[in-house]
Amino acid sequence: MTQGILVFIEEREGKVKKTSLEALYAARKLADELKESVVALRVGTGEPSANLAHYGADKIMSAQHGLLSAYSTEGYCATVVQAAQKVQPRFILGSASAMGRDLLPRVAARLGVGLAQDCIEAHIVEGQQLECIRPMFAGKAFARVRLLTAPAMATLRPNVFSLGAADASRSAEQEAFAPELKPDQIHAFVKEIHVSAGQKIELTEANIIVSGGRGMKGPENFPIVAELAEALGGAMGASRAAVDAGWIDHQHQVGQTGKTVSPTLYVACGISGAIQHLAGMSSSKYIVAINKDPEAPIFNVADYGIVGDLFTVLPALTQEVKKLKSS
Amino acid sequence: MKIVVCVKYVPDTATKIKIAPGGKEIDLADVQFVVNPYDEFAVEEALKLKEKLGGEVIVVGAGAEAATAGLRTCLAMGADTAILVRDPSLEKADSFILGTVLARVCRNLNPDLILFGKHAIGVDNGQVPAVVAEQLGFPQASVVTKLDIQDKTFRAERDIEGAHEIVEGSLPAVITAQKGLNVPRYASLKGIMAAKKKQIAIQELASLGLTADDLKPRVSVEQMSLPPTRPPGKILRGDVSEVVPQLVKLLHEEAKVI
Repeated sequence: MTQGILVFIEEREGKVKKTSLEALYAARKLADELKESVVALRVGTGEPSANLAHYGADKIMSAQHGLLSAYSTEGYCATVVQAAQKVQPRFILGSASAMGRDLLPRVAARLGVGLAQDCIEAHIVEGQQLECIRPMFAGKAFARVRLLTAPAMATLRPNVFSLGAADASRSAEQEAFAPELKPDQIHAFVKEIHVSAGQKIELTEANIIVSGGRGMKGPENFPIVAELAEALGGAMGASRAAVDAGWIDHQHQVGQTGKTVSPTLYVACGISGAIQHLAGMSSSKYIVAINKDPEAPIFNVADYGIVGDLFTVLPALTQEVKKLKSS
Repeated sequence: MKIVVCVKYVPDTATKIKIAPGGKEIDLADVQFVVNPYDEFAVEEALKLKEKLGGEVIVVGAGAEAATAGLRTCLAMGADTAILVRDPSLEKADSFILGTVLARVCRNLNPDLILFGKHAIGVDNGQVPAVVAEQLGFPQASVVTKLDIQDKTFRAERDIEGAHEIVEGSLPAVITAQKGLNVPRYASLKGIMAAKKKQIAIQELASLGLTADDLKPRVSVEQMSLPPTRPPGKILRGDVSEVVPQLVKLLHEEAKVI
């Protein structure tokens, strides 16, 4: 019988990703509403780095197979599909991380079911159906979508679903899960992972982002953005104008043709606020704009702003933040 | 080498979005359409591979008659031929249906490589390539910034959080393009003239032999809305030595974010 929620848990370098815990915690809340259970599915042996029971799992399935030692879309897909056949969940949830956005569409395709990607809200309607809010046009519009299949699937946008406190009184049943996989079902594997130099915090996962735009005037000035980002413990972003000018790598681009981000604090420096940039960051909780043009559209979405020359404002701001942090 | 590139015709990124009466879709009046920017990277990569390895580049679209304009742009860039599965219902079809339609067309073409943009801007879903890969039994590599093809294998670099990973696999495969993969060429005047003479083959949806279950929606849009407007902010002006400490104080004490 169809019941409960299956959550795919992603681990990188042996660590459970925070965004997977967010998905697990969100699943717990939905399952409580349904009065049903949550099964966390992970790949790997040994204890996970986070206690999944404390974040809402009633059961933890640890998938183990020699063919799962490196990530492959097909191998992981077969694993999730076989777990789903066993658990018969009502919903399958995961994080809209790089892996989630690669894997879960393939799972949905294999099961022939509906998937809502990158959701910012998930609700139960009419007793047991899943309805999600997801941004479209990179956040220029929101769609409320209903999943019409069983199971129904959704990936949840990182940083949006709040992660509540771990409940140490909860415990979960453990199950070793051995999927049936054959080498000839898997045609591609991840062979190497290279950690990017410089950027230590990924934009889509960052709590604080400081971005530079056309007003930075050149690549030589980006260090003052990086310094403020570092003082705040955040990541560095950029507008399309700065990326297209070749001042900074495209990995840093925020906007409709870059990354869509939802940090707690977004500081836009020398960014006018073109619609395609606003689309990528307007779901940030707090927006700060620093721009010399008081008419710049970025001020229309800013919670706080400074009208002024960023070349004097940014270094002063970095000093002030350092002063605050050391006090 | 036979390369298929799946292309979507989408509202331009500069579009100001309005909701149509009824509240379930975008008002498309006065909206400028363009080839999905990520698909341009896919087309460019296909053309570069053809220049290096020989073969042909076929662009495939699915949608209303108007989508031929997007395919024409790809032909002007240098694609050899184009196919449009023409049916207005496909403009609102969900990812599973679109993927099923494209998989059927691709299967008939028997390609070595299928390229997509990482997602179509607008719908922002990024599911269609996985549906095609799954239905054809191909491996996939998504959000790719570097691609090497050797004989019957591929090596792709893809963006992940704070790192990039290298995926290696066999062809045929589905690869989705991310910004950084290349710089798409502009259509030359010669290309534009040549594209006018190239045929866009039209396939009617009904001719693909899909079942009612294939075409059954898996997801429905119940409502579309605009994001809530943000309340007016506190904009500080004046001497740096005054406004900077003021801002830090607001962020620390009022917003409590630092």
